[in-house]
Amino acid sequence: MSVILNSGEISRALRRIAHEILEKNHGLENLLLLGIPTRGAYLGRRIASAISEIENSELESGTLDITMYRDDLRLKAPRTLLPTNIPGGSIDGKDVVLIDDVFYSGRTIRAALDALNELGRPKSVQLAVLIDRGHRELPIRADFVGKNIPTAKDESVRVHLSEIDPADEVIIEGRTE
Amino acid sequence: MKHLLSISDLSKHQAIEILDTAVELARLSEGSVKKFPTLRGRTVVNLFFEDSTRTRISFEAAAKRLSADVINFAAKGSSVSKGESLKDTALTLQAMGADAVVIRHSASGAAHQLAKQEWMKGVVINAGDGTHEHPTQALLDAFTIRRHLSGDQGDLSGIKVGIIGDILHSRVARSNVLLLKKLGAEVVLIAPPTLIPVGVSNWQVEVSYSLDDQIRSLDVVMALRVQKERMSDLYFPTEREYARGYGLTSERMNQMKTKAIVMHPGPMNRGLEISAESADSNRSVIVEQVANGVSVRMAVLYLLLAGATFKELANSGESS
Amino acid sequence: MNSYRIKGAKDSNGKVSDFFLSNGKFVNENELAKGAEVIDADGLTLLPGFVDLHAHLREPGREDAETVLSGSLAAAAGGFTAISAMPNTLPVADTAGVVEQVYRLGKHHGICDVFPIGAVTVGQGGEKLAELSAMNQSEAGVRIFSDDGYCVFDALVMRRALEYVKTFDGIIAQHAQDPRLTQDAQMNEGEISARLGLKGWPAVAEEAIIARDVLLAEHVDSRLHICHVTTAGGVEIIRTAKKRGIKVSAEVTPHHLLLTDDLAESYDPVYKVNPPLRTKDDVQALREGLADGTIDVIATDHAPHPHESKDCEWSAAAFGMVGLETAFSIAYLAMVETKLLTLSQLVDRISKIPAQIGRYEGHGSIAIGSIANFTLVDLESKWKVQRQNLASKSKNTPFDGMALPGVVKKTFHNGALVYERNSK
Repeated sequence: MSVILNSGEISRALRRIAHEILEKNHGLENLLLLGIPTRGAYLGRRIASAISEIENSELESGTLDITMYRDDLRLKAPRTLLPTNIPGGSIDGKDVVLIDDVFYSGRTIRAALDALNELGRPKSVQLAVLIDRGHRELPIRADFVGKNIPTAKDESVRVHLSEIDPADEVIIEGRTE
Repeated sequence: MKHLLSISDLSKHQAIEILDTAVELARLSEGSVKKFPTLRGRTVVNLFFEDSTRTRISFEAAAKRLSADVINFAAKGSSVSKGESLKDTALTLQAMGADAVVIRHSASGAAHQLAKQEWMKGVVINAGDGTHEHPTQALLDAFTIRRHLSGDQGDLSGIKVGIIGDILHSRVARSNVLLLKKLGAEVVLIAPPTLIPVGVSNWQVEVSYSLDDQIRSLDVVMALRVQKERMSDLYFPTEREYARGYGLTSERMNQMKTKAIVMHPGPMNRGLEISAESADSNRSVIVEQVANGVSVRMAVLYLLLAGATFKELANSGESS
Repeated sequence: MNSYRIKGAKDSNGKVSDFFLSNGKFVNENELAKGAEVIDADGLTLLPGFVDLHAHLREPGREDAETVLSGSLAAAAGGFTAISAMPNTLPVADTAGVVEQVYRLGKHHGICDVFPIGAVTVGQGGEKLAELSAMNQSEAGVRIFSDDGYCVFDALVMRRALEYVKTFDGIIAQHAQDPRLTQDAQMNEGEISARLGLKGWPAVAEEAIIARDVLLAEHVDSRLHICHVTTAGGVEIIRTAKKRGIKVSAEVTPHHLLLTDDLAESYDPVYKVNPPLRTKDDVQALREGLADGTIDVIATDHAPHPHESKDCEWSAAAFGMVGLETAFSIAYLAMVETKLLTLSQLVDRISKIPAQIGRYEGHGSIAIGSIANFTLVDLESKWKVQRQNLASKSKNTPFDGMALPGVVKKTFHNGALVYERNSK
């Protein structure tokens, strides 16, 4: 097991993503940040906080639970639902930025797109991820990436965040040096 | 948890998981999401041997909001006719590929029969079997109580619930006693002695023959429907006498604690076990119980059907 | 008729000896004809054939469930050489004609003695006495009368019946169940029934009738027999009655000596029986009652039902269990293995004493000169109950899959071999 991003590197990456989001969307006016629970939600909050600081204006981040839209529900025991919380109540006409920790097959984001579809009609949907580890199974891409990490399929990438884990770090397991 | 036949099939943790899931689903339904694709391609059969428009529609709405296909099967099974109708019906449903069967039947144990005798391979959900149990009713009742008295979370410790009426013949009472105790509530059964089952001493509940003695200390007043037919079996002499002693009149309601709520599983005999004023008062959450029923039943269907079945998990080598 | 030399069999006290059969009787060795067939009974116990005072053979009327023939075969497989056929047939056995039919069928098949029990009232309706004398004087020689399945509820009818049978040393066998307290009852009333939502059959409905009837029997000085006692309270009342000198006898079924009402939790109707299974305390009281003689005999209440009558929800299912083939084993398990009775005492209660109560001649003894009605049992081995392999037409046994002690190997009736177990 090795650490590929430490605490300092994580916060720098999140800061950069916050700037990029602001740049692409010309400010935070129409922004709606939705983190995918569990860790995507914490990352969303951190990015929202960074954006608020940069622009000197409060931006809240919400959550979007995609459990009900997963395409792999039948393969495991039923999963507990996590909270969905849309600040402002509606996604209509917003520039939605989905936030997740690890971007892998793309199925989670596909489910998120389905969930958004039920909730309304955003102006645009963008994707910010902390780690992109490749091996896409669907034609989906990220707009904002913290770090690109080429991986083998039998390796596993895990993001730890101090909100619920002992410390901030990104680790990779199963890699033979 | 493969079937939901009785509240005793659930651990406290599982019961709370159902309630928490229902909370989330209720919130989403209050927003703009009316339908989820989660059970697309699954078939849920409502197998109702007893008339019940209310419960059947509730389950139907729940299944459809999860995009399941719903088939309604209303069979008239009298207590005289033999159970062949139950078995043959089950085999027919099997052939039709039902993933889940929601069954309501007049015989206690009918849901157990359906599930255990292996007439059915799908999931069996008990929507009321004779005088035995009605688990989803108890779950929606607990959900309602939790919403008003526990902030929509956790268990029901410290809450005192009075269940009033024909306990002896009530499947709602049985399921509620089991679930309320499981969630840490205090329960008192209030009825004339003829309507309290012999053998209730093991239920760890208080028993009282006087509603007036109890009314001031209750956080929840749950009135049960009294069947007028019981009079001919000598359970109580007249309706008037019953209403006088055990009816939730306005006078009694006005003695309730400030935050206490009034519940009833329906359908109500206005004027018998509950006065019209009490039923329509702002303490009454009776109408809300019905709405909550859909969210709770969605949660049950989701947790029982959406994931892999026990058998599939065993085959794939995983444990749930 | 064949002659037999049975070598090395134990008796109910464990004593090993040889037994000799000739002309359908037990004889001395020197009376044995030459060329007698030899049976090696090493390790086996020779017991007098069992006598059942309570079985349902269903013929006439419900031959889909059982017939006199299949019931006799089941009896022999269980070590019984005499069974009593309850009258709740279709038509009811309330006339000389029906009881003679059943009697003759038994004789014709010749597997065991079938003693018909006559109904107390016409059609078992509880209102008018049936022609008890006519049944007694018929070829069937009926002495025991019962409305089993139903209680003789009307106190006046019961009194008259008790008085009437004194004419011929008859006995009224009461199915003690107050119908008003047990309308639509499904199982024992208690903690389990409260939880399962099944209508209760309270113990008092049995006890109250027993109390009334022993007092009636005392008042008119008659012989009373209580069928299938199931309650501790009932045992108490009978004990007191006997102390007072009342002429009451009582029976208990093997299943009530072992099974309890918590089995209903599965909602499997194989456990649905009338009178119902009750609590551990009742089982204990019944065992003690059988041990101290308050309860005189074991009787099976063998109640066959076709598959569809049990393959349904509980409230739609029929009441009853088959029991002839498992009776001795269950009784042995419940009473001898628990050291409440010796083997010899158990055998008395399943053979000699029931024969005495019914005044059945030729059963209950293996002394020289008695008719050779006996069974050879292996008490060292166990057998597995497999419902599909039962000799009875019906398979509603609650003991399916159980390994039981006491394997009946051979049964002889009037000196002829009528049952032999093939090793499975």
